[in-house]
This record gives sequence, structure tokens and C-alpha cells, in this order.
Amino acid sequence: MDIATSDTAVDTELAIEARGLVKRFDDTLAVDGVDLLVPRGSITGILGPNGAGKTTTLRMMLGIIDPDEGMRRVLGHDDPKDIARLIGYLPEERGLYPAMKATDAIGFMGALRGLPLPEGRERGRKLLEDHGLGHAADKQIRQLSKGMAQIVQLLGTLVHDPQLVVLDEPFSGLDAINQGKLEVLIRGLADKGVTVIFSTHVIAHAERLCEGIAIIAGGKVPFAGRVDEARDRIPAQVRLETSAQDGPWMAALPESRRKVGKFWYFPLPDTGIEPLLRALIDGNAGIQSLSIERAGLHDAFVAIAGEAAAADLVTSPEGEEA
Amino acid sequence: MQGTTTAGRLSLWRAAFVVARRDFTAILFSRAFIFFLLGPLFPVAVAALAGGVGAQVQSEAMAADVGIAMPADDLDAMMAARDELAEKVGPAIPPFVALERLQPGESFDAEELLSSGEGRFAAVVTGTVQEPQLTAPEANLARWQGTVSLIAAKAASREATAYPPVTTHPVATSGASENRGRFQTAQAGQLLLFLLIMLLASMVLSNLVEEKGNKIIEILAAAIPMDAVFVGKLFAMLAISLVGIAVWGSVGTGLLLAGGRSLSEFANPGVGWPMFFALGAVYFGMGYLLLGSIFLAVGSMATTVREVQTLAMPVTMAQVLVFFLASLAVTRTGEWFEYLAIAFPLSSPFAMLARAAVDEALWPHLLALVWQAVCVAVFIRAGASLFRRKVMKSGPQGAARSRGLGSLIRGTFRIGS
Repeated sequence: MDIATSDTAVDTELAIEARGLVKRFDDTLAVDGVDLLVPRGSITGILGPNGAGKTTTLRMMLGIIDPDEGMRRVLGHDDPKDIARLIGYLPEERGLYPAMKATDAIGFMGALRGLPLPEGRERGRKLLEDHGLGHAADKQIRQLSKGMAQIVQLLGTLVHDPQLVVLDEPFSGLDAINQGKLEVLIRGLADKGVTVIFSTHVIAHAERLCEGIAIIAGGKVPFAGRVDEARDRIPAQVRLETSAQDGPWMAALPESRRKVGKFWYFPLPDTGIEPLLRALIDGNAGIQSLSIERAGLHDAFVAIAGEAAAADLVTSPEGEEA
Repeated sequence: MQGTTTAGRLSLWRAAFVVARRDFTAILFSRAFIFFLLGPLFPVAVAALAGGVGAQVQSEAMAADVGIAMPADDLDAMMAARDELAEKVGPAIPPFVALERLQPGESFDAEELLSSGEGRFAAVVTGTVQEPQLTAPEANLARWQGTVSLIAAKAASREATAYPPVTTHPVATSGASENRGRFQTAQAGQLLLFLLIMLLASMVLSNLVEEKGNKIIEILAAAIPMDAVFVGKLFAMLAISLVGIAVWGSVGTGLLLAGGRSLSEFANPGVGWPMFFALGAVYFGMGYLLLGSIFLAVGSMATTVREVQTLAMPVTMAQVLVFFLASLAVTRTGEWFEYLAIAFPLSSPFAMLARAAVDEALWPHLLALVWQAVCVAVFIRAGASLFRRKVMKSGPQGAARSRGLGSLIRGTFRIGS
């Protein structure tokens, strides 16, 4: 699997290079030969249903657990713990000490990554103010709402200015407003050259944010690459409405055409739209409307990973909230 | 450390310090810590109170009188002999209370007096000086039979006894008493060490439950080595324990001094008191880290507080077994059994503290401390490794798979899986 734009990308251009990662838990094969190349400064989504192996893959890349087989290099280092100060990690299962104040929690997370505690607290206070949570700086975590606590933990993930940020299901549990804020924050990180990699089972987030995605299902990665490459796996669909019910123009439509209501649907021919348009006009189709619809990421996911894997995916954040 | 972070990882000790600082301050500034400090003082106060009341009761019980009813001459002679002997012998001679001066042919029913419960009489002496009779419950008969005989003999002699003066030559101690005293010091030191470790080290059992419950463990595991998490947590709890011991020790010392007690009641230990205390502190630390590292590893496998509570009893019993091993070693100084107790890591601190009480050599302590430190490192590494392999698995589906201690044990012993 290669999310990099080129297979020839050299190590120094890669934030993450993983090849043949395998992980078993007892009799369960959780990850089965995952390859992953993530360019520096990119936003990459790991897209897959629950239980697909996303978290295990991320944990192996972070050095929390070791792979049974395969290799991984993170920011050019074989052992991710060697560069712990350059990495920020937000786990899927959020956790903070309930009795800690928000600034202390951020400072503590920074201290774990090598930032002096007083400086971490100071930065934490500023980050909270910048994100509209200045009033919560001296409140205990137990006094904050779930969403606010989640933002505090996210800020703790970023307080030490990491070069690589790994977010496991970062949008999970956030309301629409905070999801929007998080999207802005992720884009801001990428603008500063930080590599962001996040896992999600919400397609809309991957579609909106990511330059590259890796689709993971059943511990395997059937696709990795740019989002538009994934969409291109399914040819664009033409939607056509005509006033004529039949005529010589019908010969211009491919065999795989299907009619739903008053519309004809069929894949865009390899020759492009112009020859088709000419044939329809010459054949007196009476074109009422014609549009070219590119496949969405969900359709691409279904085509790549199958209906079963797509069943647990959520198309939109609203769907997840529901 | 630089203000801005640079590539690299925190050293194990630096990372452990970050964890320990968080744990230490979180516990120290919690309300529960006040109860932690006060907790052991309650039994001390209760024991002091109970001891005082018990001593009073015992004193009163022991102060029971011996009644005497004899013909007038015999009674006077017995009373005079009793007073003279009491002056020489002391409290071993019971106080006599004259009940009745009998006329010739008159008798006294001692059994009726004792069964009536009148007065505080534990026994009654009747008969004559030549043929005294003692009436009392069985236990008191054995206790005072000889004494009454001695008093009667003295009363019968009617002559002043010449008591030769005894010239005394005090010495600090004798070989026998010093050995016995050092043995007692060793036992007392071991017992104190055991009580402190038993009370304090078991707290470590539940130490990782909070992190697992709050899901913070993954943040820790992603940032620093699990060894550092274990080391940090152990040393934080050790520091908390030392704060507690400092408080309890100060209060205890104050109470002892107020009660007029001193260390001179114990024999001077082989290495001397200052070194004995220093070694006691070091062996407490080592014992705490050794047992604590095992408790931490075992406790880290528990998934719920209930499992931790279930583990507490067998863990305490295991501690008692270790203590018995070390206690037996005190009686086998220089034998293979003592060396076994010293070599076995968990009993080593207890056995070595006992050795410090009876033997002045210091170099064995250096060797023992190195050995214990190695064992601590091995235990921590093994515990952290087990935790990484068995507990840190995956997300929600991994959490569902994450196993309790029972299934972990079943899995560990499953052959060929």
C-alpha cells in the first residue's frame, strides 16, 4: 500500500513507512500484512469499519505494541519511542485524570513528551484560550463536559509541537460544532507542515480532509492512495433525461445502461462525453438534462472493500451522531 | 531539558519521574491522604487505651488479698513474718488480711468465705503455724503454696534471721542476655518491617486500575516505556509510604518518650543503632519495591476493582509466608536456611535486617542490596513486559478481548495454544 505520490519516494520524505505488518492476538489475526507509506506534511486517513485493524495498526506504528512480522519506520526511526517528543497521539479511548485541572492535564501530557511541566502548563493555558476554553483552564476535568474534555486532551496531544500527529477516531463523541473546529485545527496543522494521520469510520471526514487514504478491512489494506484515485476505481456515471423514448440515439448508450424513473444511468464511455453528446443530438434524443456524476468515496469503498465492510461505515458525521 | 522539545525520548528515570510526580502530588493533596495518615494512629490509640485499661484490670486482679484466720499468737507471728519477708522479697509475697483471731477450739470456714464472694480474697490461710492450711482455687494453690510455707517457716523460727549483705557488681550485659537481646531486636525489627510493608505495599495492587479505568494508560504507553510507568508508580507509592512512616514514626517516638520508654530496652544491634535504622530504611525501600513490583504486575492484570479486592487476601497470605520464612531464619543464623531466606528475593530484606541486629559485619548488606536491586529491576521489567503483551491490545474490540486475571491464568497454562 502506498499513499505517497510516488513509489520512489525516499525515506526522508516519508513520515511513516510500514511494510508487511502482521499482528496476532492469540488465535486472531488482527493485522495481516499491512504496508503504509505516508508522506511528510500530508493528511492521511485510515478508513475502515470498527474492528478492521485501524487501532492495532496505529499502535504498532507508535510502538505501543510490536508487530509480529514486518517493519515500521516513523520519521526515519525504527523505534517510534526514540522520537516520542516528535509525536502526538490521541487514542480512541479518551482518558484524563478526573481530578486534574485542564492546564495541568495538558502540561502533564506535554511532560510525558519531554516538555517541562511549567512550560506545558503555560502553553496549555494559551491553547485553551485560543480555542475558546480559557474559562475552563483552572477547572478539574470532571467538571468539564465530555466534548470539552476531549478538546483538552487533543490540545494535550499538540502542546509539545509534534511533527507527526496520530489521531485515533478523533471525531468520535464530538458534536457538529466541535467536529468543525477539529477539522480546522487539522488543516492548520498540515499548513504548518505537520503530518497528520487519523483513523475514522466516517467517510465524510476522510473525504473532506484527506489527501491520501488507506482503506482497511479485515486486517488487510485493499487500497491506499489519493482520494481521487479511490474514486476513479469506479467510472463516472452519466445521468441522462430525454424527451424521446426511443430512436437511433439509443445506440449511443452502452449495454450496461439502466433506467431509474425518467433517468438513464450508465458509465461514462472511455471516449469521453463529447462523442456521446454528438450522437445523442444527431439521434434526436431531445436532451432534457445530462450530468456526469463522479463516484463518492462511499461507493469507492464498497467497490474496493465490499458491502460487508461498508456496512459499519458512517457516511456523514450526522449519521454517526444519530 | 530545553524549553522546546527536540528529537529523542525521555530517559527511563526522567519518564519515571514525570509519572511519579503526578501520582505523588495527586495522592498527597487528596482528602483521602489525611485518612491514610490517621488510619494507623487509630489502632495505636485504641491499643494504648486498651493496654491502659487492661493493665489497670490486671493490676487490680493481681492485687487480690490472702485472708488469714488462726489462733491469735500464730496469726500475729504469720503477719510479722509476712511483713519481714515482703521487705526483702517484694511483691512476690501477697498482702495478708487478718480475718479472725480464733479462740481455742474455734474453726473458720474458708470455703464459705471464698464462695460468698465477699472482699477480694484470692485465698485463705487457716490452721496453725506448724500446720498451715491453704484454701483457694486450683491456680492460686499452686501459686501461693510455697510462699505460705516459707512465711510459716519464718513465723515458726521465732528468731531473727541474719540476712548477709550482698555486694553488687553491675555489668552492662552478659553474653547470654546480649544474644537474647539482639535476637529480640532482630524479631522486633522484622515485625515492624513486615507490618509496614504489609500495610503499605498492598496499596500498589490497585495502582494501575485508575489508569486502565480512565484509559490514560494508552497515553502513557505511547509516550514512555512501560518500565518507566511501573518504576514511576512504584517510587511514588514508596515516597507516599515514607511520608506516612515519617508521620507515624514521629508520633510513635513522641508517645514512647512521653511514656518514659527508650531504645535502651532493646539490646544494641550488631551494627549499632544509627546503622540499624539506616539499613532498616533501605531494606524497607527494597522490600517495598520487591513486593510492590510483583503486586503492581499482578494488579495490572486485574480489570476491575473487584478483582483487585479479591487478590488482596491471597497476596497478604503470601506476605505472611515470606515473613515466616524470614522469621525462621533468625533462629538459624549461619545455617543454610538463613542463606536461603537471604537469597530468596522477597524474604531477603527481612532476613538481612535481622542479620544487622545480630551481626556487626556490613559487607553482606552491600551484596544483599545489590542482589535485591537486580531482582527489583528484573521484576519490573517482567511485569511491564507482561502488561504490554497481555493488556495493551487494541481498541474497543480489543477491550472486549482484554481478559481478566482468571482468563489470563487459564491462557497462561493452556498447553499448545
